[in-house]
Amino acid sequence: MIRAAVIACVLLACHADDAAVTVRLWAMGPEGEVVGTLVADFERAHPGVHVEVQQLPWTSAHEKLLTAFVGDATPDVTALGNTWLPELAELGALAPLDAEIARSSVIAPADYFPGVWDINRLDDHVFGVPWYVDTRLVFYRTDLFAAAGFARVPTSWPDWLAALRAIKHQVGAARFAILLPVDEFEQLLALALQQDEPLIRDGRWGNFESAGFRRALTFYLQLFAEQLAPVVTDVQVSNPWDELARGYFACFLHGPWSIGELRRRLPAAQQALWSTAPLPGPNGPGASIAGGTSFVVFRRAAHPREAWQLIEYLSRPDVERRFYALTGDLPPRRSAWADPELTGDAQVAAFRDQLERVKRTPPVPEWERIATEMRTVSERAARRVSPATTPGELAAIVDDAARELDARVDQMLDKRRWILDRREAAR
Amino acid sequence: MTRRAGWSFVSPAVTAIAVVLIVPVLAALALSFTDFDLYGVADRHNVRFIGLANYRHLLATPLFWSALGNTAFFVAVGAPLSIAVSLGAALLLDGRLVRARGAFRTALFAPVVTTVVAVAVIWRDLFHTRYGFLNYVLGGLGVHPIDWLGDPHWSMPAMIVFAVWKNFGYNMIIFIAGLQSIPGELYEAARIDGAGRVARFRHITLPALAPTLLLVTILTMVGYFQLFAEPYVMTRGGPAQSTTSVLYFMYEEGFKWWNLGYASAVAFVLFAIMLAGTLLQLALARRWSRA
Repeated sequence: MIRAAVIACVLLACHADDAAVTVRLWAMGPEGEVVGTLVADFERAHPGVHVEVQQLPWTSAHEKLLTAFVGDATPDVTALGNTWLPELAELGALAPLDAEIARSSVIAPADYFPGVWDINRLDDHVFGVPWYVDTRLVFYRTDLFAAAGFARVPTSWPDWLAALRAIKHQVGAARFAILLPVDEFEQLLALALQQDEPLIRDGRWGNFESAGFRRALTFYLQLFAEQLAPVVTDVQVSNPWDELARGYFACFLHGPWSIGELRRRLPAAQQALWSTAPLPGPNGPGASIAGGTSFVVFRRAAHPREAWQLIEYLSRPDVERRFYALTGDLPPRRSAWADPELTGDAQVAAFRDQLERVKRTPPVPEWERIATEMRTVSERAARRVSPATTPGELAAIVDDAARELDARVDQMLDKRRWILDRREAAR
Repeated sequence: MTRRAGWSFVSPAVTAIAVVLIVPVLAALALSFTDFDLYGVADRHNVRFIGLANYRHLLATPLFWSALGNTAFFVAVGAPLSIAVSLGAALLLDGRLVRARGAFRTALFAPVVTTVVAVAVIWRDLFHTRYGFLNYVLGGLGVHPIDWLGDPHWSMPAMIVFAVWKNFGYNMIIFIAGLQSIPGELYEAARIDGAGRVARFRHITLPALAPTLLLVTILTMVGYFQLFAEPYVMTRGGPAQSTTSVLYFMYEEGFKWWNLGYASAVAFVLFAIMLAGTLLQLALARRWSRA
């Protein structure tokens, strides 16, 4: 009886849609709300294709994707946070897109920022097409930097450090030069990605004892030791935008979403007092994290062809610009940036510059966990340093942290090494 | 015949319990002897039977021990404090002279029925180092601002303050019910015999409340061992992992990192600890009631 009813329903549904193809798209966060307006135009251009958008909150998206994979209920296409891609590729949930990209007249790999395009490349296959990008750079108070004698944020670590010291000298003990929440890993990660050595060796071993990572950690800890940065957590400064306006600190490292937050929250009189600058590197403009979201097609997609058409449509430079206007999310392709609305905006232009120098995080499924471990270890180290810490003591703290991190990461990658060995033996 | 009829009557309930409780628990136990993780989700051949390795690894993990220490501190300080506050509130509300008893009872019970997440956000503001109300009051008393949620030494006390405030109302209601079942004649007789307030409390109220107290102690201990929502919302286990509880540790292993085999092992260790704690309390209570 029930079965008959179900069949009847299915038949009716088919009849109502008149053999139309329904592409299921999962989109996370606020972008999921906005994508509906873009999809409407796609449907108009492709009669017979209907797109069903399902919004997922970021917090439960990871769990939902994994359970959907286990329960054989994955959609056709989704916009995936970049750190999750290696994990889902490892599961064999994603379809390689090399052939589609080679054939495509819309998606030109050379038009994408190289670091951003790189994110979706795994084992000689491309599994995703970037939708919007996210990276970290310096948001700063122009007046506080100017008062300390710096017209803009310097581009190298030594000059940056000098500027931060000068600001700290001006603002006194209760205020700071920079905010680096000790329970976030992104800040240290950005500094670490600027180094030549990879953070993970051969996808098998931690490489945190390398000279590069220790250099980054030393610089990071120095900012706490000299009290240029307060030892506070993200929970304690849950509203960094207002704190920047109050002058609790003169700069912080954040992503594109903070442009919108600052414009919304700060009064008009203060809008001219903040700007953005590319992240300083050890000896000149440095790299930052390649983050963001990419479209992927699932291996078990019912309509991979139509899913690809949808990806092509949403990746068109003009559609990406519309998407930017709707959300403030930055486009991943250079041609989409050729627009006065983006390049003429001084507070946004620094991102264009930074995006030419972004690096992806190591493509192992364990990465998020490793980053969390890095945060734990660096937080403990940040709580150990003070103005009384001598350079020798600082070096010892850095060595301890690096050694501990490598030990923990090597243990985390133990299973992965076993899997890789077995896979190689099978070949 | 009656025997079979009896079984057939209870069989639906027994089946339900078996399906939703016993089978999953046994499956979790089996899981705890494997290295089931994300690779196992991808391909079942990636799962290895590893015997007691999860348990050995767990016992060698410093974070597990510090999580256990944090939880033990939370239980050892928070549970007695919570019971004492509940009992105190119950005694006050049970007094003959209290006016608007219903209103007070409702007000004190209100935190129990609020959502942890919502009130945790409010408490996070109360605990704020620079703008928080708590430090404002302490500042008035000449105490330097305390970094409640940012200083690893103060984060757990902050959790305890919050949890006691959130939970004491529940036990308070149980205590009020217990107090009301004590016959008034006992107090009258004691007063005629010349017993003071303290003596009456020690020799009448406490013994009469003993069964209630035992129940409340066990419930509170079991509840406090399951510390999770408070750190999850307020500190995410920080600062410096000082509020990471065993349950929070298990959640991160299981549902964040997908190490389900390892997380199952954590669950069974926590279960063993709670069982041991409850048995110890029962044994103590038996000895106490005999004495």
